[in-house]
Amino acid sequence: MNPRPQTTLSDLERALLDRFQQQLPLSPTPFADMAKQLGTDEETVMQTLARLQAEGAISRVGPVFRPHSIGASTLAAIAVPPERLEEVAEIVNSFDEVNHNYEREHQLNLWFVVTAEDGVAVQRVLHAISERAGLPVLDLPMLADFHINLGFSLQWN
Amino acid sequence: MELRNAPTHAGCGIPTLLDEADRRLVAAIQEGLPLVHRPYAVIAERIGLSEPEVIRRIAQLQAVGTVRRMGVIVRHHELGYRANAMVVWDIPDAEVDSFGACLGSFDFVTLCYRRPRRLPEWRYNLFTMIHGRDRTAVLSRVEELVERCGLQAIPHEVLFSRRRFKQRGARYRRQLPSPAAAMVAG
Repeated sequence: MNPRPQTTLSDLERALLDRFQQQLPLSPTPFADMAKQLGTDEETVMQTLARLQAEGAISRVGPVFRPHSIGASTLAAIAVPPERLEEVAEIVNSFDEVNHNYEREHQLNLWFVVTAEDGVAVQRVLHAISERAGLPVLDLPMLADFHINLGFSLQWN
Repeated sequence: MELRNAPTHAGCGIPTLLDEADRRLVAAIQEGLPLVHRPYAVIAERIGLSEPEVIRRIAQLQAVGTVRRMGVIVRHHELGYRANAMVVWDIPDAEVDSFGACLGSFDFVTLCYRRPRRLPEWRYNLFTMIHGRDRTAVLSRVEELVERCGLQAIPHEVLFSRRRFKQRGARYRRQLPSPAAAMVAG
């Protein structure tokens, strides 16, 4: 992975990020349609997206699901003694159901998201993590979502 | 149809009915489309549907709101947004909906969820995520939120991230082996 600051992105890369966060053309050939809109060719669009993905600037070209609509998830936090942080982070990472895991500046210093098919499976993972880490896990499930998800406006200047 | 300004409450929305084919479809697209000439045809072959059927079902999942958006998913850190903070607010329960609606309407707020308090360890009930180029940029956005939503009297904390141990898309369903892989394995 070779991340670049966005200031080095090409015009085509910027246009792809600006215009297609919200909606891909839902046609049999979305990349050809995007190319047409951007005045380039399909091969260039596919290669550019593949490169952005390989570099990590985009995680995927795909769906964002409404929380709790097709599975269950929760945000969890642990207050980890600083000297054990890497060890406990590794325990948390070892679960396939964990998709985000961050150190944050707080006494509750490890924050992670658990996603699974249903609430029972989520609870099973939280218990297993708590047991293996030997630390209590705070379970903070979403109760309401106030966010209007329209993608992220990148600032080019 | 999901109302733009109405919060989605867990457990009290219209239940989404996914049939078996939808579940296979979700498993096949959750980690992204293949970057090929006819991506939906590739997905269709993987899960035993036709290409028009895959497109129709994705459109339907979008129409009912199960799929919120379908597009290029950016990773803020790699695009130069090096600072990310979870800003948490302790809002009187009766006022969460109105403050939540205000906070969730800013385009630099990338998540805005109500979550339960866990007293005594955790007093905060509204969570917002803010990305910025650096800490100063994030803090000035927090200031902007306080002013524009009238949050001066509301206690809050800013939890900047330090290390990112893991970040990827959620896997709701286990991937089925593709027919090709199954043939090789068999």
